[in-house]
Amino acid sequence: MNAPILLNTLHFDQPWTLENYLKVGGYQALRKVLAEKMSSDAIIAEVKASGLRGRGGAGFPTGLKWSFMPRNYQGEKYLVCNSDEGEPGTCKDRDILRYNPHMLIEGMAIAAYTMGVKTGYNYVHGEIFEAYERMEAACEEARKAGYLGKNILGSDFEFDLHNHMGYGAYVCGEETALLESIEGKKGQPRFKPPFPASFGLYGKPTTINNTETFASIPYIIREGGKKFADIGVPNSGGVKLFSISGHVNKPGNFEVPMGTPFRKLLEMAGGVRSGHKLKAVIPGGSSMPVLPGEIMMDLNMDYDSIQRAGSYLGSGAIIVMDETTCMVKALERLSYFYHEESCGQCTPCREGTGWLYRIVHRIEHGEGRPEDLDLLLDLCNNIAGRTICALGDAAAWPVQGMLKHYRNEFEYHIEHKRCLV
Amino acid sequence: MLSQQITTLIDKELKKYPADQRQSAVMAALRFVQDEKGWIAPADMTDIADYLGMQQMAVYEVATFYHMYNLKPMGRHTLTVCTNLSCQLCGSGDTLAHIHKRLGIGLGEVTPDGKYGLREGECMGACVDAPLLTINNKKMCGRLTSEKIDQILAELDKQ
Amino acid sequence: MINIEIDGKQIQTENGSTVIEAAHQAGIEIPHFCYHKKLSIAANCRMCLVQVEKAPKPLPACATPVTEGMKVFTHSEQAVKAQKGVMEFLLINHPLDCPICDQGGECMLQDISVGYGGGHSRYHEEKRVVLAKDLGPLVSAEEMSRCINCTRCVRFGQEIAGQMELGQAFRSEHAEIMSFVSGSVNSELSGNMIDLCPVGALTSKPFRYKARSWELSRRRSVSAHDSLGSNLAVQTKNNRVLRVLPIENEDINECWLSDKDRFAYEGLNTADRLTKPMIKQDGKWQEVEWQVALEYAANGLRHIANGAGAEQVGALATANSTLEELYLLQKLMRGIGSDNVDFRLRQSDFSSDGKQQGAPWLGMSVSDIGRADRLLIVGSFLRKDHPLLAARIRRAAKSGAQVNIVHSADDDLLMNVAHKAIVAPDALVETLTQVSKALAAEKQGQSTGGDAGAIARSLAGGERVAVLLGNFAQQHPQAAQLQALAQQISALSNGKFGFLVEAANSVGGHLVQATPGAKGLNAAAMLATPRKAYVLLNVEAELDCADPQQAMAAMQAADMVIAMSAYKHHATEYADVLLPVAPFSETSGTFVSAEGRVQSFKGAVKPLGEVRPAWKVLRVLGNLLKVDGFDQDTSEAVRDEAMKGVDVPARLNNAIGGVEARAASAASGLQRVADVPIYATDAVVRRSAPLQATADAAIPQAWMHGDELKKLGVQSGAVVKVSQGQGSVQLFAAADDKLPKGVVRVAAGHAATASLGAMFGTISVERA
Repeated sequence: MNAPILLNTLHFDQPWTLENYLKVGGYQALRKVLAEKMSSDAIIAEVKASGLRGRGGAGFPTGLKWSFMPRNYQGEKYLVCNSDEGEPGTCKDRDILRYNPHMLIEGMAIAAYTMGVKTGYNYVHGEIFEAYERMEAACEEARKAGYLGKNILGSDFEFDLHNHMGYGAYVCGEETALLESIEGKKGQPRFKPPFPASFGLYGKPTTINNTETFASIPYIIREGGKKFADIGVPNSGGVKLFSISGHVNKPGNFEVPMGTPFRKLLEMAGGVRSGHKLKAVIPGGSSMPVLPGEIMMDLNMDYDSIQRAGSYLGSGAIIVMDETTCMVKALERLSYFYHEESCGQCTPCREGTGWLYRIVHRIEHGEGRPEDLDLLLDLCNNIAGRTICALGDAAAWPVQGMLKHYRNEFEYHIEHKRCLV
Repeated sequence: MLSQQITTLIDKELKKYPADQRQSAVMAALRFVQDEKGWIAPADMTDIADYLGMQQMAVYEVATFYHMYNLKPMGRHTLTVCTNLSCQLCGSGDTLAHIHKRLGIGLGEVTPDGKYGLREGECMGACVDAPLLTINNKKMCGRLTSEKIDQILAELDKQ
Repeated sequence: MINIEIDGKQIQTENGSTVIEAAHQAGIEIPHFCYHKKLSIAANCRMCLVQVEKAPKPLPACATPVTEGMKVFTHSEQAVKAQKGVMEFLLINHPLDCPICDQGGECMLQDISVGYGGGHSRYHEEKRVVLAKDLGPLVSAEEMSRCINCTRCVRFGQEIAGQMELGQAFRSEHAEIMSFVSGSVNSELSGNMIDLCPVGALTSKPFRYKARSWELSRRRSVSAHDSLGSNLAVQTKNNRVLRVLPIENEDINECWLSDKDRFAYEGLNTADRLTKPMIKQDGKWQEVEWQVALEYAANGLRHIANGAGAEQVGALATANSTLEELYLLQKLMRGIGSDNVDFRLRQSDFSSDGKQQGAPWLGMSVSDIGRADRLLIVGSFLRKDHPLLAARIRRAAKSGAQVNIVHSADDDLLMNVAHKAIVAPDALVETLTQVSKALAAEKQGQSTGGDAGAIARSLAGGERVAVLLGNFAQQHPQAAQLQALAQQISALSNGKFGFLVEAANSVGGHLVQATPGAKGLNAAAMLATPRKAYVLLNVEAELDCADPQQAMAAMQAADMVIAMSAYKHHATEYADVLLPVAPFSETSGTFVSAEGRVQSFKGAVKPLGEVRPAWKVLRVLGNLLKVDGFDQDTSEAVRDEAMKGVDVPARLNNAIGGVEARAASAASGLQRVADVPIYATDAVVRRSAPLQATADAAIPQAWMHGDELKKLGVQSGAVVKVSQGQGSVQLFAAADDKLPKGVVRVAAGHAATASLGAMFGTISVERA
């Protein structure tokens, strides 16, 4: 196993301090960028070479995204970090915020330098107040030490970073909802186009990346994009933090190269809880279609492998379910979640997610009808792809995944009014 | 009227945003009120609207959109239990049952003495520590067991 | 221009337009709910999903910009499946209570569901119930379960009305449209939300359960309640006006209507309507035949004209009387030898008469106002006096125009105001003089400080400057000087200047010369030096005149008062004959709007009881008094005669010269600032029960700066005695620290203040 790249301060008692971060090469990348007066093009080329793709779930190539930011725009531009991690199963960014906040700050500072931005916001999930406080302290520490603010490291580069706390809305993980939220509004996603790169925060050009994405930048700049890319597999460069939760012995976050076999990750998490066997896995956060355990055991954790199997790597959050899990009950909870978290804006999502939930709820409670399953699938088709943001899709995919692989359990529920497991 | 303490906190928050974007501090302002009073009354929203130069309805929209705001008193200690999938798999049902056994309250309820309130939370982004709860949206407690819950309640009882 | 194809049809459209705009332009209907051409794009209802070539999923036509060569299919399998899917979702929680829904028959949801809805529902779960909301006397939100959350009403508030009284609270399917803590919707434009609501969630409270839309007949009409000239559809059933809706006219009211225009009709059929002619004999009122009443009136006039002299007869009309009525009134007066005729009842400075080159008017078109980049608005309660013009200016302000204000009150205009100078009435001329001087200095490259300097700088930086004098400025005792200064300022800034114009036919009154000639008396003079006889047309003397005390004294002292009125009002105390004449809904006629637009209309319903159109009554009076030229058969004939040879554009001219600077009469003590509240402007709106139930119709209070209250030793909310001349009233004192010091704001036009004196001048306040 290679030395960790993202959580590289965990061996310290207080992994989050600037002092400790500096001991592991912290802020060297920023120093290098400023000292060598690296050009934006050079930095973006390096990021492109790293194969880094957005770690929030959508997997959009980061270097490409950075290149969309208008270069010669006169006026404010913004950089935003999406630390609003609330996709069930996902809790990797929390560890970066808690244990390595300076790596995020450094990554954002480099991004800001690259895109000519002076102000950044880090939007932190509302429920993790301790991580927010940690970030606030780290920013203050960085400001005092000259890594944030005016004349960073004696250069004429200026960048300040502020933390903005969410307060309980999953949809704010959607980047334009997040921007609305920073603006002090309801987190209702915006229709695109225009995209944030031209009309973002306060209507100004804005680039938004995930916490883990930014945190990957210092290594890429320090060690070179190619080195990062080589850690992973083709089309899935670098390392990735995987959160493993559910029915495992040692749930936790694990930093491994992209393409690591699921089997190995499961081992790292101590295997399925004692006395039980693997039934199913949601491989990339709760929106992604579930996959049966036997399929997962042969898969590697990279974008292409998971997609070929009919799901997505998403945020890299792995929810493990053993044979005691009732898939109807699991889906009921997920459908309830998407129904509650719908922002209420688009008709198909506002109305459809509640309908989905109520049908699954009925089935779980012994009131299912034979025609319900086809109805569910038809409704999913009427929700997915018909809404402003992807929450509609996120509500539909778990239903489709469950019915694809575990339809028999649903049928059993409907017929016998009780659980198969 | 917003307390001096709250306006000081809001003023500090306002420094994060451009001067003409005072509305950006509304989420924080609501949070500060809740931290002080335990919940947010319509009169507080009016005060915040005045302080930030917002329409009252815009404040109300925000307060009702984000789930962590208490729009009614939720006890001195609001316990929010995540019941989402990872927590469900790891026994959040037992967590709720144990709290019910200990405090006699279900979701959305407050103990008669006003000390505890219980809310259902959505994914808190700490799934590897499931099952979990937060206290007053500040402190997170994970890997809950009956014993651990008893310990938490014992601590809170002392406050 | 961009070429696109929709459903196989080649369309050329402007770059930057959306698919739905292009489609509508080409006459292709795309079903939609949340989209509205006057509101921002929300793209939330998803009804307008269409297939676009090369797009992987259907796109909302309302939010998708056209691109060269784009191919759109609005009825392809993909598009229709998406549209039907959305329609199903829209209906699952909808109560489907069309048979008892007021919107039935004019409901977008109903109409579109005919095309895209299924015959039966697949939804077998419980339906959502959304609780009713009380939004006040105008907008009904009794059945919010019908709401489809399109947010048109919310966006209207934010974008057009300028205040977010409604919002979408909560989220997911719990999202609901509501006001903050069940407050009422107080916007003076709130009724437009009813029109915008595509379903039966927001409906008209006064119209509720009155009729089905298909039972109503519809007549085009023109607003009688402000000077904009809004186009109306007056809807009637069984000879009764049941509803008023806007008729779209982009140059005037666009697709909007003020609440005043929309709900005034509720004042048309009140219990105090005068439906039979009446004469007072031996101190008692008696209903009589028309013939009797008219002969009585004619004899009385003849007697006084022949005896005391024709100059002892004066005629006063309200400025929302029709062009035909005003024309015949002045013709009648001149026919019997009197030059005493006027409609400018609230004006107090007539020194511009003879110096003004034409009829005072807006000085520009309504749409010019929307295009101005710098505005100076002098002496106007803009939002309440001119609700839709205010909305236009608000939109201009949103797109960068700078609005500057000089006034004696500082009400929230719900728009960005660049600079303002809020001064006591007697300082308005001085303030405007300073602005003018500062502007002249600015042109020499010299900057002046203070509010006046800031306003001048703003104006100097404009390319399309509009200087507008409001009702308050027109009613001001130094109105002519204000006009001359506005002229100067607009000349210095290469702009235009004009009057916001008080009433529906103020401009028309000038065009037909319903104003005194050189030897005649103007409205103020007619009352200051009482006449022996008065002819009143639509006038409620104690509410419509600049100085109610003086007006009532004159009326009471007169030997004969002939009141032509739609209502039995206070004239019963002083008049000798009451002649029931038609309100605008019951007569044909013409109004000339502020921008000089001549708009004729027909009566929407037949006159009530024995009521007759005033033009006919005047014609008979003319005949009885043997005045020539009173033989017109139709109101059109009257209009044609009145407008013969009148070149309207040439007659509209605000230019003024030779105005002497007169110092304001030295003010001692407090000065009165009097607005005419929005629902107190004319006889019809004063009687509209729903309008009178709004917050805007609250009983006037004595508003003062907090320091003035302190001086008086009274608390806000305490009762105070407010006195002018020999009259006094008791009002609640209220604090408004945005008022200048030294003034008391006490509204006019209201029964509660009708025993006070002039709208301007000194006023005293003491603890009650």
